[in-house]
Amino acid sequence: MPVSTENMVRVFGRPESLNESAFSYCPGCHHGVVTRMIAQAIDELNIRERTVVIAPVGCSVSMYQWFRCDGTQAAHGRACAIATGIKRVNPDLIVFTYQGDGALAAIGTAESIHAANRGENITVVFINNQIYGMTGGQMAPTTLLGQWATSCPEGRDGRLAGHPIRFAEMVAQLDAPVYVTRQSLFDQKRLIAAGRAIKKAFRYQVEEKGYSLVEVLTNCPTNWRMGTLEANKHLAEVVVNTFPLGDFVDRG
Amino acid sequence: MAKIDKVLMSGNEAMAEAAICAGCRSYFGYPITPQNELLEYMSAHMPNAGGVFIQAESEIAAINMCYGAAAAGMRTMTSSSSPGISLKTEGISYIAGADLPCVVVNVVRGGPGLGNIAPAQGDYFQATKGGGHGDYHMIVLAPSTIPESVELVMLAFELADRYRGPVMVLADGMLGQMMEPVVLPESIDPATLPAKQWAITGARGREANLVTSFYLDPVELNEMDVRREERYREIEKNEVRYEEYKTEDAEVVVAAFGSMARISRTAVRMARSEGIKLGLLRPISVWPFPYEPLRALSRRVGTILTVEMNAGQMVEDVRLAVAERAETPFYGQLGGLVPSPNDILREVKRYAG
Repeated sequence: MPVSTENMVRVFGRPESLNESAFSYCPGCHHGVVTRMIAQAIDELNIRERTVVIAPVGCSVSMYQWFRCDGTQAAHGRACAIATGIKRVNPDLIVFTYQGDGALAAIGTAESIHAANRGENITVVFINNQIYGMTGGQMAPTTLLGQWATSCPEGRDGRLAGHPIRFAEMVAQLDAPVYVTRQSLFDQKRLIAAGRAIKKAFRYQVEEKGYSLVEVLTNCPTNWRMGTLEANKHLAEVVVNTFPLGDFVDRG
Repeated sequence: MAKIDKVLMSGNEAMAEAAICAGCRSYFGYPITPQNELLEYMSAHMPNAGGVFIQAESEIAAINMCYGAAAAGMRTMTSSSSPGISLKTEGISYIAGADLPCVVVNVVRGGPGLGNIAPAQGDYFQATKGGGHGDYHMIVLAPSTIPESVELVMLAFELADRYRGPVMVLADGMLGQMMEPVVLPESIDPATLPAKQWAITGARGREANLVTSFYLDPVELNEMDVRREERYREIEKNEVRYEEYKTEDAEVVVAAFGSMARISRTAVRMARSEGIKLGLLRPISVWPFPYEPLRALSRRVGTILTVEMNAGQMVEDVRLAVAERAETPFYGQLGGLVPSPNDILREVKRYAG
């Protein structure tokens, strides 16, 4: 029997700042959740017409095409430098980068650290899924010790391949950043907290407070070779032991 | 106060001031000899002009800051010297791929590797044949005096905006460091420049603007690349710049660019005083290269001697233009050594009369 929508109230919908494009993420991936949370924050702060999306290289390379915002695409690792260029010449714009562990914590370490150190008034959303997704599951700077990846088939050996980089803690050592936090999405409580953290990071930029980093521990069911529930469990029980959740800096 | 017509400036300072005169209001750079004075001048003067100056953490970051500023619609510039330009080539490729206007100054030094800090022209291939990945070109302008450096920096901004791509000013350590009197041009108020409809300014009352070099669909990328190639053909048609000096009756012609052309000019005068009919063809745009004027010359002179401060790079373009119609020998010095007028004259005498 068809259901009438006549007396229903709309409580959930597609954020205004997203267009009709479909995301290109894998089923079960947390990327889509974070991308949506950003769109929601943009809506709630009413900044769609001022916002600039800077897409990285990786699974979210096409991200700038999904928003009803101006956007660009950065060379691998260079997003924070591009964000700096845009924001400095037009401080009215709300500029955010969305980067994976490769872009932020490997090839773009210098750009990422120095944008934070200059206290650029930008928002950096860091997707830490401990693996290189789009290239097919190679080791990331954040890959856990012992974790399997296509380029560390025996598991990551700290003596040969280094240790997982705790980027939020690194950035928290600097004087300039106003908000540095690590969030995750593995249960309802964490989802709500992550959404709030992202909104806060954008709000601080609107209020011209300065640089924010929201690191989000996310899954990669495809390249972890796990089901989504198993991946969530892995995040909650294993990954958080290397990457503790919480706010490291909040000078807002 | 009386109006100052001429000021004595180093090439690096003059190029910086010319950029500000051209309406450039964002500069991003990283120290490297022999271009440091350009960055230092910008640090002192760009803020006074209401512009943005950042000493970036690397040349890579600097060129990407340019990408951002250019994407936001601002006239922007970076400068460096050879090893630093190598680092920038990734960004230059992205800037070309995203059709962004940007001016890059290369104050060339000896290479390869760390080389040294003496003047050289070993980056000709890198500048004119790509440097970075993919099919792209930069307009490359090669000044031979400091007043001309000022003129060409101004022109570089105009061409970058007109054709939406990176434009390089190819100087060298000598041009960067030496001082000459220059007359500074009229300043352009950036507010009077035409608005860039494609720029990232916030999607207010319009569709979103996207600035990208990424086209996953080969058909779409092909379309973008072909369109850019058509623009390159336009540039080749409209923007070839060169100078001929005493070529009317010449039997031997020297082809040289930049500082080397300036030195060759003295060699021409010396040769003439000895009765040797020597001329000079000086490419000002080394891309697009003046193939046609060289082709024309090759029909009436016996020898076109290319002189460069490298192992022979522009000479390949000279030979492409000349084909087998004339002799096309090469003379050069490496390592940051600068051939003197006497060196050139001695070489010319091997081919004259």
